[in-house]
Parts: sequence; structure tokens; C-alpha cells
Amino acid sequence: MRALAVKGIRIDDTFAEAFGMRATALIITADSARWARQAATTMTGFATSVIGCGCEAGIDRELAPKETPDGRPGVRVLVFAVSTAELQKQLQARVGQCVLTSPGSACYAGISAEETLRLGDALRYFGDGWQISKRLGSKRYWRLPVMDGEFVCEATTGLTKAAVGGGNLLIMGRTARATRLAAETAAAAIAAVPDVIVPFPGGIARSGSKVGSKYKGVAASTNDAYCPTLRGAVQTALDDDIGAVLEIVIDGLTSAAVADAMRAGLAALVRLGPKRGALRIGAGNYGGKLGPHHYRLRDLLP
Amino acid sequence: MRPLVLSLRRRPDQRLDMSPLVPHRLAGKSAAEIGRIALQTTRVPLAVADIFDLRMGDPTHVRIEGSCDRLDQVGAGLTDGELVVEGDVGAQAGRLMTGGRLTVRGHAGPWAGSAMRGGVIEILRTAGDRLGGPFGGETVGMRGGVIVVRGGAGERVADRMRRGMIVVEGTCGAYAGSRMIAGTLVVLRRSGALPGYLMKRGTVVLGAGSNELSPTFIDCGAHELVAMRLLSDFVRGYSRPAGACLRGRLRRYAGDMAVLGKGEIFVGTGT
Repeated sequence: MRALAVKGIRIDDTFAEAFGMRATALIITADSARWARQAATTMTGFATSVIGCGCEAGIDRELAPKETPDGRPGVRVLVFAVSTAELQKQLQARVGQCVLTSPGSACYAGISAEETLRLGDALRYFGDGWQISKRLGSKRYWRLPVMDGEFVCEATTGLTKAAVGGGNLLIMGRTARATRLAAETAAAAIAAVPDVIVPFPGGIARSGSKVGSKYKGVAASTNDAYCPTLRGAVQTALDDDIGAVLEIVIDGLTSAAVADAMRAGLAALVRLGPKRGALRIGAGNYGGKLGPHHYRLRDLLP
Repeated sequence: MRPLVLSLRRRPDQRLDMSPLVPHRLAGKSAAEIGRIALQTTRVPLAVADIFDLRMGDPTHVRIEGSCDRLDQVGAGLTDGELVVEGDVGAQAGRLMTGGRLTVRGHAGPWAGSAMRGGVIEILRTAGDRLGGPFGGETVGMRGGVIVVRGGAGERVADRMRRGMIVVEGTCGAYAGSRMIAGTLVVLRRSGALPGYLMKRGTVVLGAGSNELSPTFIDCGAHELVAMRLLSDFVRGYSRPAGACLRGRLRRYAGDMAVLGKGEIFVGTGT
């Protein structure tokens, strides 16, 4: 499988296998960048994997006041789910519980598309009859009276069915510390790519999973082939010099965005070099039979 | 491309119905066909060629020169394109418009923008009574679009307005926003007696020096609301002073409590 080496880093000749997802984007604003970030962070909490969280969500980027609809500091958030119904459910629950409740917040569509999801249209009933609709041009907003003034929320946000979830990089290093530094470096580079999120903590997952388990009813279990402590006990995928593995999972609004993110991550890892960072880079797949999107590492190298 | 120009030769002896002279009704017509369009409102026949000099051009851009207040329903039913009027217009300019842009470089009579649903009307001088309002028998006035009056307006601006925005940069008469159902009215200078009279919902923003509100409006305090920022940004594209007027703290009055009471009047606090 291993056929490439770039600046001393071994690159597996493999591909990341990703899946089509439904996604939307929101713009959350507040009186200060701190509170916009707070609302966005709260809303995207517990949203690392659709397997257990219902959706995958994260902050795409921070927005300057001139980039937001109301001229206040803001944050763009992306939310991904496996179905439109689940995405709608997650959106309503998360905006309702985490953004509506956050001081000074407002929430707007972060993507325009023909198909839409209900945003303010679903939350307006919180106004208990005192909600006010305001249509300005082609956009409609809801104003809900709340205890610090009003919560302004756009009526709908766009839905894209062209989103991709599950782009990934497996970063393998000599020690846990070096591997973590490499993963942090790659995650930071990917954060600068527009229209993608890395939904795991700090953008990094340490508990990569395989499909199935020895236990009935458990859909996913630890990826034993990449667990360094099991090297002798299972059919391992690790070399003798690998002491730790971390994974970066990438969701994007488009397939091109995911490819750009993986390209940026790989470039950052190569720049960091094998002495301080990754000795080897791989990618997770299911043999190519499950996900329609394949990202070959050799095609994305710097 | 050059606009299609209609120059009025003289002040007509009767009021004229100008509603046929809108871009979508002129498209594809020859000069002779346009010249035969009847405009009379009495038993005395009067066609376009009898009263206008016609200069053919792009029918999506129509220009009426030498206009006067006897020309009624200018731009009525406009769906798209642009209609520019040099001079005054009579009643019902832009009535039932659904799109396009009507510019009146003079005064407009009553019922300008009456029950319009879309598009933009700009009146460079003053507008008469019932700007955007419904005709007798109609239950709803303006339902969409934007009207900007650079001067003042008469009584009952935005009567029974349902949606859209009206900006009056000058003063306006009594009962501004009367019986409003929704939508937004901004008056930059003084408004006459009893603004918001019997309004159910909707937003009225009044300039300094406006007459006292009806006692059926309740003071809700001064606030700096995010929604006003959105309104300000939207309206700034049509009226910069209106955009500025919506910034800062505004005192909110809820009413009219004589009816549903879910409307609001904002008055600037100067801070």
C-alpha cells in the first residue's frame, strides 16, 4: 500500500472515502465577537459525529462586522446531517436552545439555496403572539421579544444536498506529543479553508472507529488496526516506529471544499516535517464501496 | 438604448387614463399602434397621437415629458421596466404596480402607489393623500415594494398597508399609518395628528417634532434594536437620511391599543 514519500513523510497510497450529506450554514451575530463565538460554540457542542449526536457542526470562520447582515461581529457555522428531516430537527433544537438563549444574539441564513430549512419560521412561536415578521426585499425576518430586547432570526436558511462528510487524514507519529502537534498543525491549516469544518474536539479525533463490533447492536467500535497498544494482538496497520495515531475528519459544503481542506492539511504536515510531526499519513476508507466520494492522497499532495 | 419618449404637447382638456402606457403594454407595438391607444376618460375620444409627440425607442424604458397633474394612473399596473415622468402626475400613479421602477420628477396626486405589490416608486417632490392606500371597497392597501417621497405627503399615508416600505423624507399629514396591517412607514420630519391611528401591526418611524400620539399608544421605553439595523441597511439603498434616522436609540410605543395593539411607533431619542 505504501508507495510514496514526501520530504521524509511516508504517504499511504490510499484514499479517504466520504459520503453525501445534507448541510446548511448560519451566521450568528452578537454585540461582541466574544458573544457571537460563545453562541456558536454552544450551538455546535456535542456535534462531532452523526452516529451519536444527530449532526456534525462546527465554526467555519469568524466574520467581521462588515460581513454580517446587521453589521455586528459574527461567526459562520456549518451543520451537517444524514437527512433533511434530521437536519431540520437539529437546527431547530440547537438554535432554539443555544443561540436564542445567548445574550444579544441574532441568527441569519449563511447560505442561499433554492431549497430551504425553517429557521425563524420554526422558532417564532416562542414569541407567544408578540413575534413580529419583517420582510425586507426578498428576505423575511422574525423579531422575538426576549428579556434583553429582541432576538432577530431570518425565517429560513438554505439547504444544500451537495455536501460531503467524512473526508479524513490519519496522522501517524513517533510519539503522542509529536502526533498531536502534527494534527494541531493540520487542523489549523484546514480551519483557514472556507466551507469546511472539522467537527471533533479541536478538529482532532483520537478514537477512530471501524464498522461493527463483536458485541451485538454496537454499530462502530475502536479501529484496532490503528491502536498502537494492540500492535501484536491484532492485524495491525502500524509500522514499528508509529507510537500514536490521530484522525482529522472533514465535512464540507462541496466535494471541492473537502479536497481543498485535505490538500491544506497535507501541505501543513509536509511543511512541519517528520522530525517534529508525522512520520506517516494515511486515510480511512471502507474499500470504496460505501461512499461515493474518494480523495486519493497522492492527488492532493503539495 | 434610447428610451421611448412621449412628450405632452399641451395640458389636456380632460383627465387622461395613462395606464396603457407602461412598458409591458407597449412592447411589440409600432408607432402607429401606440398613437392609436385611447386615453380619454370622458365621451370625447383622445388617443396618444392627439396629445403626445412620440419618439420610438426601447419600450422597457419609457419617458413621459412635460407631464401635468391631469395625467392619472401613470405607471399603473407596471410589471417591469422603467417609467420616468418629467413633471407632475395626477391620481393613482403606480397603482397596483407589481414590479419595475416609476420615477416622478414632480408632484404626485392622491393614491400614488395605491395597493401596489412590488417595484419601486420614487417621487421627487410631494405626494397627495392616501399614499399607498386602498381604493374604496378594497380591504388592503400596499402589499409590497418600496415608495420613496423626497418631499412631503398628504393625509393617511400607508393606510391599510400590508407589506413593503414607504419613506417620506419630508412632513406628512394626519393619520399616517392609519389602519396599518403590517409593513414599514418612515417619516423623517413632522407628522400630523394621530399617527398610527387604529393600526393593528406594522412599524411606523417618526421624525422629530411629530404631533402627540394617541393615548392608545403605550410607551415601551427607548431601545437600540438589531431589527432597526436591518431596516436601516435596507432603506439606506433608497434614502440615505432614512437609513441614518433608524440608527441609534429609538423610543418604542406599542399600539394602537384601541384595536389589536401589536403595531409599533418609533420616535428618535437623539442619542
